[in-house]
Amino acid sequence: MKKLTGLVLLVLLFGACKTNSKKTLPIYGERTAVTKTVNGQQVTDTDYQTIPAFKFLNQYGNSAGSKDLEGKIYVADFFFTSCPSICPIMQRNMLNVYNEFKNTPDFKIISFTIDPKHDTVPVLKNYADKLGISGNSWWLLLGDRDSVYNLAAKSYLVAVSEDSTVAGGYMHQGYFVLIDKQKRVRGSYDGTDMKQVNQLIDDIKTLQAEPAPAAQ
Amino acid sequence: MLLVLIVSCQSDESIEFKRYYSAGSLVYQNHCQNCHGAKGEGLSALIPPLTDTIYIKDNLKSLACNIKYGLKGKIVVAGRSFEGTMPAANDLTPIEIAQAITYISNSFGNKQGTITADQVNDDLSKCSN
Repeated sequence: MKKLTGLVLLVLLFGACKTNSKKTLPIYGERTAVTKTVNGQQVTDTDYQTIPAFKFLNQYGNSAGSKDLEGKIYVADFFFTSCPSICPIMQRNMLNVYNEFKNTPDFKIISFTIDPKHDTVPVLKNYADKLGISGNSWWLLLGDRDSVYNLAAKSYLVAVSEDSTVAGGYMHQGYFVLIDKQKRVRGSYDGTDMKQVNQLIDDIKTLQAEPAPAAQ
Repeated sequence: MLLVLIVSCQSDESIEFKRYYSAGSLVYQNHCQNCHGAKGEGLSALIPPLTDTIYIKDNLKSLACNIKYGLKGKIVVAGRSFEGTMPAANDLTPIEIAQAITYISNSFGNKQGTITADQVNDDLSKCSN
């Protein structure tokens, strides 16, 4: 009887796993209902908040931005190379994400520096080399301060600020933000918490399995 | 009687060690682990590991100064060179530093025994950084 219960439990567990893998991720941000005319008929649709266009430099000194991220799933975070507090643990956890997906063509990691004065292209390249990342699956992006801070707060929903009272001179939240192929925020994970980062890795796989949207 | 004394002495020492070590594990978690990692593994070529037992042994007496006042410049750990800045942990008391060093120097493969607050005070009086 005990064995049978065990077996039933096991089956239930597997069942639970199966439904789990078919879950859909929420869509974050503001949404508005829009009425469009499609083929002469009025259709009401939902417009989701998306990440606006931006164009910065990556660690190779090449132009890199939203255009390169079209049709890609990516994870964004905010950091600075001289960060003494939460960045090392974030980068250690992000390396797990990198190693899992670095050979996936439609996936990228985007780390925006919030210290553009210090983190020039050579500084970012040196940091990337020391972190052990190469190729184009993880970009460290350098943009002007206001654009980056605006993107963080309004689009990626991550708080960053200059703050001379904290170690390193910048305050920032350690979120990893998951963006889908339609530029929508689909998840936000504490990059200092390995469990949440493992959830992120699972959720990326869920997103990859999501069917492509119908052409509009 | 002698045996009892020896046994009780040993256990006193081991109680002191355990007290330092377990308190040190908390200090480590709060002040060191973000960078040096839960297993003392460091981070790629950015942050040195604490698993180089020879480095820890040879530099045991400078660890207190390095923790309290930070460390800058090039160092070689585990055959690899590291260049960067370790921030100062000025807010740590000598006893906390002793606990952290006892934890570090008896974890990650290291085995250096108890580093007491007295030793740390002594080391701190000779800091050059």
